[in-house]
Amino acid sequence: MKVDLAETKKIIERYRSEKGALIPLLQDIQAVYGYVPAESIELISKELSIYPVKIYGILTFYTQFYLAPRGKHTIKACQGTACHVMGGKAILDHLSDKLGIDVDGITPDNMFSLERVACLGCCGMAPVIVIDGDFHGRCTIQKIDELLDNYRSGKAK
Amino acid sequence: MKTKILICMGTSGLSAGAEKVESIFKSELKRHKLTDKCEIVRTGDRGLFRDVLVDIITPELGRVTYEYIKPSDVPELVEKHLVSGEPVKKLLAGKDYEQFFAGQMRIVLSNCGEIDPENIDDYLSHGGYSALKKVLGMAPEKVIEEIKKSGLRGRGGAGFPTGRKWELCRAVKSNEKYVICNADEGDPGAFMDRSVLEGDPHSVIEGMIIAGYAIGASHGYVYCRAEYPLAVQRINKAISQAKEKSLLGKSVLGSTFSFDIRIKEGAGAFVCGEETALIASIEGNRGMPRPRPPFPVEKGLWDKPTVINNVETLAAIRHLVTKGAGWFAAIGTEKSKGTKVFALAGKVKNTGLVEVPMGTTIRELIFGPGGGMVSKRLGLKAVQIGGPSGGCLPESLLDTPIDYESITQTGAIMGSGGMIVMDERACMVDMAKFFINFTVAESCGKCVPCRVGLKRMLEVIDAITEGKGREEHIKFLQEMSGTIKSTALCGLGNTAPNPVLTTLKYFRDEYEAHVKDRICPSHACSELLKYEVIESKCVKCGQCYKACPVDAIRWRKKEYAVIDKDKCIKCKACFNACEFMAIQ
Repeated sequence: MKVDLAETKKIIERYRSEKGALIPLLQDIQAVYGYVPAESIELISKELSIYPVKIYGILTFYTQFYLAPRGKHTIKACQGTACHVMGGKAILDHLSDKLGIDVDGITPDNMFSLERVACLGCCGMAPVIVIDGDFHGRCTIQKIDELLDNYRSGKAK
Repeated sequence: MKTKILICMGTSGLSAGAEKVESIFKSELKRHKLTDKCEIVRTGDRGLFRDVLVDIITPELGRVTYEYIKPSDVPELVEKHLVSGEPVKKLLAGKDYEQFFAGQMRIVLSNCGEIDPENIDDYLSHGGYSALKKVLGMAPEKVIEEIKKSGLRGRGGAGFPTGRKWELCRAVKSNEKYVICNADEGDPGAFMDRSVLEGDPHSVIEGMIIAGYAIGASHGYVYCRAEYPLAVQRINKAISQAKEKSLLGKSVLGSTFSFDIRIKEGAGAFVCGEETALIASIEGNRGMPRPRPPFPVEKGLWDKPTVINNVETLAAIRHLVTKGAGWFAAIGTEKSKGTKVFALAGKVKNTGLVEVPMGTTIRELIFGPGGGMVSKRLGLKAVQIGGPSGGCLPESLLDTPIDYESITQTGAIMGSGGMIVMDERACMVDMAKFFINFTVAESCGKCVPCRVGLKRMLEVIDAITEGKGREEHIKFLQEMSGTIKSTALCGLGNTAPNPVLTTLKYFRDEYEAHVKDRICPSHACSELLKYEVIESKCVKCGQCYKACPVDAIRWRKKEYAVIDKDKCIKCKACFNACEFMAIQ
């Protein structure tokens, strides 16, 4: 699959004169492509005279960045302390079983990616999962099955 | 006076459908031709998770609070309360709600859930930016003196005196200085920074401008977690509104002082809450700490003097400036002044944000605003304070007053204020494993004690929870903890063993049961579970049967439950449903 680099060029121009802007630059790239494509990294390296190793160093250090495309819907299961006490691990295990993928995996139909997140900061509704930015609190196994069905059947956005 | 309708649009409200509630309110008001008489205010989190909270303030009835409001309840609310002037009894907030707020002293959170965070005029009408006006008429040294007198200490967890930090930074000569707001609230179990940023962003901005004026800085950064998109959005909006009113930018309120604020979004690394790592991250590098000294107040961002304060610290500044240092210093204990916000979660009735004066005991917090335990049958076993750097304290220490020194003495730390309550079903070895797992994943890898030492500890704890523990393992954990504590490079490593040390100190018998008897007394460690019903404890209530998602439990009224091991998927739903610890 070829990556259209026009957007990358635009973003590079936006940050060219700013010092220390590598992280926001990569965040913007990911906002466009859904991940950071290798072709974009090459271009950034060339245009801004930054060694690729430094760029990869940043991409692999911060959990927010992906080096490969993700599924259509991203499910993040919170594994914070409160969620852990309220059974967050069982929720994550169930998601993993139900979708048939490990954490950080993508379902074969590209529908879902599954991730764990350290804490979403809404511990009062533990256990919590987030699907594409929508928070679902006080999760149970039954509730999750219902949610997944809704997403699969297209009922949820 | 207009009728005000406050709708809680915090994270919990939004996830429970607050948007929908608001839109139905609008259409109902239109239907009853009340649109001109009523004002809908979209507020931030009030601190109590009660799905959609709605307050209606009318001249006749005063303030009435409704909880758990569903979109379908709105027509009735409008008809009864607004048209006929009668409150809807069945939707009123109950005793728990009252109890939650009764024992609190809200200073930092005073505006959360009261004002529209996206409307600067609302903030101004609640005394906003009056502290800034007052400060601009004072000499910077005088401002610092005031902060020192108040006794305010850093609310990020370590408790360094804020006035002292500002004074050190002011004393360094430099053509450029920075103020950074540390909003990288990565502690699992803490969410007060998030609520303040989402519910009252201007208070943080005001605190930053005052800090800038006091130390002589003209630039500020808010370093906010990527996981908090709503907070970033609201801070952004607040900054542009403050600029329009010349509270930010060139010559603040017509004075000779200029100050601007920019937002830097974190990219998902817990260690970036450590100040030197945070600076590295803003500079566009991997967020790795460096040894101190030099401290950031001498050499910080781009090697310039930098003050880094936590969100809650900055939000407190405006209150102590307007009401005076003496007022602030009168609250709290001898060495810890003011109030502290705690994020109460876990097995308590009321989960949410509680702000109490320093020196309140843990017990008062949990059984006052917290409303006690969720389950009548399962007692409190431990309280986890201070996140991954803190510790688990047993029931016998509940009367410890909450101040920096007392909490440190127990082996935990104050930390950012996460407080998780655990009942008898929580296994302390499992909790220690959970935190070490977290710190292993979040260690930046720069220093050996943290990168390698924690990993070895995790392997040993893993073995213990899987029933492969040996006698010498417990001794190993103790020794390794001491080594890491004294040799790691930054705060993350120095405090990472705390959860293990405190559980070893207060719950050693649990470790021994795992190692010697190969059982988990709390029935939590999956590898040690048999999925069998203990008939002597089973009360034949059938809760486990109802909870099982795969029908692996056979149960009829007045009979003991039986688990079919062939069908069982080991999801532990039955364990969570059973209140009698009757499944092992």
